[in-house]
Amino acid sequence: MILAVASGKGGTGKTTVSVNLARTIGSGVQLLDCDVEEPNAHLFLRGRQTGNEVVSIPIPEVDESLCDACGECGRFCRYHAIVSFGSSPLVFPELCHGCGGCALVCPRGAIREAGRRVGVVETQEVDGITLVLGRLDIGVAMAPPLIRAVKSRMKNNGTTVILDAPPGTSCPVIATLRGSDFVLLVTEPTPFGLHDLQLAVDMVRELTIPFGVVVNRMGIGDDRVHRFCREQGIPILLELPDDRRIAEAYSRGELVVDALPEYHSHFATLLWNIKEIRNGGGRAS
Amino acid sequence: MTGAKVEELVIISGKGGTGKTSLTASFAVLAEFPVLADCDVDAADLHLILAPTVRERHEFRSGNEAVIRSADCLGCGKCFELCRFGAVVPGGEGEAYAIDPVACEGCGVCVRFCPAAAIDFPEALCGEWLVSETRCGPMVHARLGVAAENSGKLVSTVRSEARRLANEHGHGLVIVDGPPGIGCPVIASLTGTSQALVVTEPTVSGEHDLERVLKLARHFGIPTSVCVNKWDLNPSMTERIEALALRAGARIAGRIRYDNAVTAAQMLGKAVVETEAPSAGDIRRVWEALGLQGNKEKS
Repeated sequence: MILAVASGKGGTGKTTVSVNLARTIGSGVQLLDCDVEEPNAHLFLRGRQTGNEVVSIPIPEVDESLCDACGECGRFCRYHAIVSFGSSPLVFPELCHGCGGCALVCPRGAIREAGRRVGVVETQEVDGITLVLGRLDIGVAMAPPLIRAVKSRMKNNGTTVILDAPPGTSCPVIATLRGSDFVLLVTEPTPFGLHDLQLAVDMVRELTIPFGVVVNRMGIGDDRVHRFCREQGIPILLELPDDRRIAEAYSRGELVVDALPEYHSHFATLLWNIKEIRNGGGRAS
Repeated sequence: MTGAKVEELVIISGKGGTGKTSLTASFAVLAEFPVLADCDVDAADLHLILAPTVRERHEFRSGNEAVIRSADCLGCGKCFELCRFGAVVPGGEGEAYAIDPVACEGCGVCVRFCPAAAIDFPEALCGEWLVSETRCGPMVHARLGVAAENSGKLVSTVRSEARRLANEHGHGLVIVDGPPGIGCPVIASLTGTSQALVVTEPTVSGEHDLERVLKLARHFGIPTSVCVNKWDLNPSMTERIEALALRAGARIAGRIRYDNAVTAAQMLGKAVVETEAPSAGDIRRVWEALGLQGNKEKS
């Protein structure tokens, strides 16, 4: 099962849920940190690095001896990443999506593709947990190619895969969620939490992936999130209380299930709830 | 540009959920006649506090989206072979292919090379942006469509409209509520701004993410301040973070205490400084430390 942990709003506890679930499942689980702009899972699961690979996307390189400045590449490119001003074209790598179109349309075969580094993918082993994380290079705008690279490290061996998604609802989140079997939306019982949960629900419905909700910091707000979930028939699969000890353990980089063992059963129940829904056809809408 | 230079303060965080929007709403109250811009376009929340009255709505169209006319598709698979984004979905033996709109990046390669010219390329509607009135001043905000592309361009649109309003109506300051992360929408929020404030929290994640977002701000040469929210959650981590910020060339704008009254204010639709919350004084001191304007309440 591929289980994605997402949220509209940032800071609701995606990483907390992901790393504690991974620890609860234990040996064999794969945790993929797809928040490549700000990866955090490795701060909680500190292990031995077993791999470190540079990830590049293809960008055009113009052979000026072949180019006759016809400008076809610049007219084709939708991203203004290659521009011709009546001479050999200029390439703006930070705008390039790597579609390869310019090389295909060049009538003189003057464009070949070279790699532009966008980040790295690291693999770590932590007590039987395989942690894969992407780190986007500073100044690189486009996260989705690196997220796809992280996901390509997924081993399809029947074990559980947890995807820790970035916050929001735009392309990096979509790139993470595509192909997952179930989504956990983590929220908090506040006006911001509810509003961003509604956006996230619209997104996962658009992607037609079954989902459930985790409510974190129960007690800080009101019951609007619960009312919304009830009205929409969305299952709430875990509630974590607003416990300052959780926030303090998190601040030090500790797992909740290690620092506060009484919470182990919460995460075990969450897993059981997800399996129930997946086996029973569930109420996830 | 005419008249006095418009200052622009962008509030970012690296890590999400550190309190950007709560702080922005308070700054909106403290500032003298600002224009507000919510650039967290895929999870915009500032309107929940500032309760805007919408004056203008504009469609945000950006880029194009490939659509295969199934009746004209030969099923040759050329599009499938050329697409680098996994956006072409095979339809089975001899059947029409289809485009997954969520994965399509609008590059146009399939459109150009389809031998049957069976792929349309309409402009994509990616969301909307709005101009509103609030109790603190005009506000430009937006809503990105579900699973839509081009959040960076929408951010740029919101920012430039906010600056235009400020210039036209003589506002001295634009306050921008930025998105989390360090990618495309953050870059679009930061480039060319007069100053940035990074709101972080004293956790291992806050520290890690701050370091990356400060590198980004430095990369673009933006003068940057840092404030630690919920600082007393972990005082030694707060000190570590402030030392890190100074080493990275940022200024320290202050500390804000851990305060449950922040959520209570949110529930009432109020900015923290509009309540008696214990942290309201901390927020006023951070605002004054930014040195942008005086505190309106004192004048």
